[in-house]
Amino acid sequence: MKMKISEVEPGVWEIPPTEKPGMRVPARIIATKELINTMDEGVFNQVTNVACLPGIVKYALCMPDGHWGYGFPIGGVAAFDLKEGVISPGGIGFDINCGMRLVRTNLVLQQVEPILEKLMDTLFELVPAGVGCKGLLKLNKKEFAEVVEEGIPWALRRGYGWPEDVNFIEQGGGLPGANPEKVSEKALSRGMEQLGTLGSGNHYLEVQVVKEENVFDWETAKKFGIDRPNQIVVMIHCGSRGFGHQVATDYLRVFEKAMPKYGITVIDRELGCAPFSSPEGKDYHAAMLCAANAAFVNRQMIIHRIREGFEKVFKKSAWELGMHTVYDVAHNIAKVEEYETNGHPKRLLVHRKGATRSFGPGDPELCPVYREIGQPVIVGGSMETGSYLLVGTKKAHEMTFGSTLHGSGRTMSRTQAKKKIHGRQLQEDMRKRGILVKTVSYTGLAEEAGLAYKDIAAVVDAVHQIGISRKVVRLKPIGNIKG
Amino acid sequence: MGRYEFIPGVAIADLAFEVHAESLNELFSLSAQALFDAMVELQDVRPEHEVRISLTAEKLDNLLFDWLAELVYQKDLDAQLFSRFEVSIDENRNCKLEATVRGEPIDPARHQLKTDVKAITYHMFKLEKKENGYYARVVLDT
Repeated sequence: MKMKISEVEPGVWEIPPTEKPGMRVPARIIATKELINTMDEGVFNQVTNVACLPGIVKYALCMPDGHWGYGFPIGGVAAFDLKEGVISPGGIGFDINCGMRLVRTNLVLQQVEPILEKLMDTLFELVPAGVGCKGLLKLNKKEFAEVVEEGIPWALRRGYGWPEDVNFIEQGGGLPGANPEKVSEKALSRGMEQLGTLGSGNHYLEVQVVKEENVFDWETAKKFGIDRPNQIVVMIHCGSRGFGHQVATDYLRVFEKAMPKYGITVIDRELGCAPFSSPEGKDYHAAMLCAANAAFVNRQMIIHRIREGFEKVFKKSAWELGMHTVYDVAHNIAKVEEYETNGHPKRLLVHRKGATRSFGPGDPELCPVYREIGQPVIVGGSMETGSYLLVGTKKAHEMTFGSTLHGSGRTMSRTQAKKKIHGRQLQEDMRKRGILVKTVSYTGLAEEAGLAYKDIAAVVDAVHQIGISRKVVRLKPIGNIKG
Repeated sequence: MGRYEFIPGVAIADLAFEVHAESLNELFSLSAQALFDAMVELQDVRPEHEVRISLTAEKLDNLLFDWLAELVYQKDLDAQLFSRFEVSIDENRNCKLEATVRGEPIDPARHQLKTDVKAITYHMFKLEKKENGYYARVVLDT
């Protein structure tokens, strides 16, 4: 069904509530005209389904990297009233707190290029990736429950990282309210041996270079520690692994049974939800926060191994190599945040599924180093086309519940991508173009080919132009480990 | 004889498959095959290790969801893959499943791994009784 969609202000497209029975608010998509014209129909259908959920405030949103997911579109953002509104696993994703971490170094391309192969081999050995990969820590359920309740402070106490890391992780990487008692035994046993693993799909570890021509704003870049041409940085994209997936699976079934009790019906079963204030809603929130903490720790453990890998190859300590965390952001999460609604500040539950927090200058949530400039926003691109570092803005707070895009967004299904390109061929082509890729799965590699994704420059330009985040640096890949 | 196939146009970021089967037992077995086919070349997985699974659910489609979700859980629990599935479904009252699945621990040196499946979704999830058997459609979160 074609829906009526119009540009209500430059770069903001709206589907009015009259377009689908049950819509409580309009649906809004942030995009340029080119992007909206090529967006798949699934996005319009799913974002308007989200607009039907009880207690939704203002509008259901989709970012320009948006594409057809399940439940919410990927790129979906929606805020709910804490009393009347719901919490939905379909608005967060199975990979709870899937997110990005960026670490800088004081190395430059000329120092890394000659030993890139050795570096990538070392990192490939140290960071487990692929189907069923296991981490190097043997924890029992009780110990793992402590990890997920505490988050990053647990990892730092055990020596996995530097004390300063905590300042550069969204909300310190230890979300209050996480309660392992609300998590199933199954989830704990599924996750307890996976800490420090990349996983599979679109998850990766990437060594990238800052080319001078790709720096849009040196002043802000320097505040983020990106201070020289050809600087080498490391980016990782991964989440809570089997633990978070099991939490989401468990609660999807709980919510399906609970919905009739609360008189909730949903258009799509994947939008199963419960009132945030209900016992089921509170339980899922407490369990989801555990999974979010697990993801922060997972990324922390991976970064710890990456620092070890660089130490081994460059025969210098990670500290000497300047391997400081630039930032760590979640892009599959729901958080209670304050926004102005009808002229008054109000606490809302903001769902972000494939969307990044984009807090602007002055936000008290930000660490003192970044408070005057805004939060770093890490946007992961395909392994061929590069990624971006942006900065959050106050406008995001006003327009998109403090949110922006998270990646480039797919345009082609995994099945189609595999038909178009072979993994080994892609690996060889990329090597010729100066990107060294290591993978445990050639079909998995083919599925992640750049041709399956939107043009990242175009989606980033869309959020830059509308002002919900600003471009700082584009990062070019030189080495990639594909999960 | 039943069959399964991956369908390209249903989920962009994820993987979707559909199954046609003559019986419920075959539908559940083929769905499990499709699930592991998404993750590995099935012919490389030796049916050496056995796991027994018993499940009940309020409805048949929920039983299929729980069955596939259980297999995803078992895959992560002991890092193993499965390639043989003997399934017996009892539709009476509470739907009941008894299954024996066979596989082996993941060996990246011998297994051609594909994409990990994180979870089973309800997105466009369908189980239908047809004139000549059964049909299912499943979208996997990958």
